[in-house]
Amino acid sequence: MTLDFSIILEAWPAFLSGMGLTLKLLVLSLIGAIALGTGLAAMRLSPNWFVSTFASSYVNLFRTVPLIMAIFWFYFLIPLLIGRPVGALTSALVALIFFEGAFFSEIIRSGIQAVPRGQFAAGLATGLRPRMVMQSIVLPQAFRAMIPGLLTQSIIVFQATSLVYVVGLSDFMTTTVRIANGSGRIVEVYLFCAATYFVLSYGASVVARYLERRLNR
Amino acid sequence: MIALQNVSKWYGPTQVLRECTLSVARGEVVVVCGPSGSGKSTLIKTMNGLEPIQHGEIVVDGVKVNDPKTDICALRAHIGMVFQSFELYPHMSVRNNIALAPIKVLRRSETEAYKRTEALLKRVGLEGHADKYPAQLSGGQQQRVAIARSLAMDPKAILFDEPTSALDPEMINEVLEVMTQLAGEGMTMVVVSHEMGFAKSVANRVIFMDAGEIVEDRPSGEFFSAPQTDRAQQFLAKVLHH
Amino acid sequence: MNYSWNWGILFEAPYAEWLLSGVAWTIGLFAASMVVGFGVGTGIGLMRIAPIRWLRIISGIYVEMFRNVPLLVQIFIWFYVMPELLPSDVGQWLKRDLPMPAFWTSVVAIGFYTAARVAEHIRAGFLAIPAAQMQAALATGLNLRQVYRYVLLPRAFRIVTPALTSEAISVMKNTSLALTIGVLELMAQSRQIESYTFQSFEAFTAGTAIYIALCAAVVFVARHIEARYAIPGMIQSR
Repeated sequence: MTLDFSIILEAWPAFLSGMGLTLKLLVLSLIGAIALGTGLAAMRLSPNWFVSTFASSYVNLFRTVPLIMAIFWFYFLIPLLIGRPVGALTSALVALIFFEGAFFSEIIRSGIQAVPRGQFAAGLATGLRPRMVMQSIVLPQAFRAMIPGLLTQSIIVFQATSLVYVVGLSDFMTTTVRIANGSGRIVEVYLFCAATYFVLSYGASVVARYLERRLNR
Repeated sequence: MIALQNVSKWYGPTQVLRECTLSVARGEVVVVCGPSGSGKSTLIKTMNGLEPIQHGEIVVDGVKVNDPKTDICALRAHIGMVFQSFELYPHMSVRNNIALAPIKVLRRSETEAYKRTEALLKRVGLEGHADKYPAQLSGGQQQRVAIARSLAMDPKAILFDEPTSALDPEMINEVLEVMTQLAGEGMTMVVVSHEMGFAKSVANRVIFMDAGEIVEDRPSGEFFSAPQTDRAQQFLAKVLHH
Repeated sequence: MNYSWNWGILFEAPYAEWLLSGVAWTIGLFAASMVVGFGVGTGIGLMRIAPIRWLRIISGIYVEMFRNVPLLVQIFIWFYVMPELLPSDVGQWLKRDLPMPAFWTSVVAIGFYTAARVAEHIRAGFLAIPAAQMQAALATGLNLRQVYRYVLLPRAFRIVTPALTSEAISVMKNTSLALTIGVLELMAQSRQIESYTFQSFEAFTAGTAIYIALCAAVVFVARHIEARYAIPGMIQSR
């Protein structure tokens, strides 16, 4: 068989707008998920049993449910709860944030716990208030320990956005499927799609490893 | 028994062994000492081929160690080695740590190997510990298990790589006692160690190394009473002060 | 909130049977993908640390390729693209004669994807073992194969059990992607019940609860394995 990649050029605008939506989903869900994850991590480390149990149940729930299930849940649940349709984009975004928030909270929590307890005690001993110890001593150290994990998880989120295909959002994945079916050039279109995801995701992982090495010095 | 002829070794551009020549006769106990980084551990690990060499020749029990045609596993099977950090297998009981190689390499039956294990544990003073795991033993006990593990292969010689330097002071003696007993039974031993008391009372010869070179190689009495080189004198002054 | 509840629907024909058959397909996908993923993954992981350069390079390329393309894309490539790229008679056989093509395609896709991740865990497990342990085993006369078989592999597997447990949970969750090529597993059946009955809440709750139960079972089995092979005297990883 002969490969003819001219279809990629013909469908370029569609691919581009698909990638645009994918990146939009990525950035917005990362912002939301990291914010939610930080809150959950703080709750898990709380001395209040009720608060920490709630947070750990949340994390365990989302860790054992498929993302597709979460996407379908929010797709039907949000309109039901607020009484009007919100569209696939909003519901998929909320699903990604709630789902990935659970994973980010684990990374952030283990980063905070990687800071030796003695650091906290030493900060308190100099007369700083607990809040300031957290802010100026523990969190800056924790953040360094977290960066590789945060980057790796971000790459996972990037790949996970492809699952919005199940609710028909026109991201890069769905666009690929449409172009493949419409043009009949299945092989070329899917190979291009895989190559694109690969280059972006592998490139990001190279940057992540470079940063990790620099931080370890 | 063990003969090294002009052995040299490099790690990349840095030379770690320089033209080392020495021989150890059957039944002899030789202590190798010297400042850290002098190449002692590397030297002893060349004797059973754990560290490859780039130049020279090593013959152990009539077998050329650095010849690619040599079956190095067969040679290692009857040259024991004891490591600084014990290196017992943490996932196996003491019994299986000792019996693994006799069963897998010497093809002994389990019954026979386990029976011998009991005898060896008695010999190193650890009767009744066969079912424990390494992490349940003290450092001194672990090192004695490691010695029993090497004895299980009926070795013709045993190489000791700083066997007591990872141990707390109160455990050093229990290991040295076992080693002294082995020497008394006529075992050929090469011992990298800073234990000068052991070297004085047990070793036939002391080899002093510095910067990858064998600087002195003399009967232990002579070495301690009249070291010939400045480097050896300085070294002895430092270690004997403790 | 305007919603009429009907939990009874889950226990009515044909929906109860749909759910059950969905569970059966999910378990089948999980079991087969685990065999492929952990089997191939262990092999690739061993190649990653092999003393032979070209083995390390090939396995490195494998890992990067399979973990940097979304699983959904990989499933579509195995399903739609592979039959076109293979010699035409093989492609024809894949399309027409292979029984349960969507099922086996999903198994291959999920399995090979999982293998890349398992391989990295195995490699990390080996690197966590001090080099002197290998020397000690070699010094007793064991050959390289025996050293790996009796000393290094058992230790590496214990080190990576927690990581492999979460990998197994991921496999369970990833089986849901098989719905995109028409395998009627648990996710697809929940969805189907939803679209037939409009009882979305009940359908998704049932599916979610079953996924949670299946993952809990995986964790339960993994904990048992971990406890069974725990090394006395060593601190357990939790």
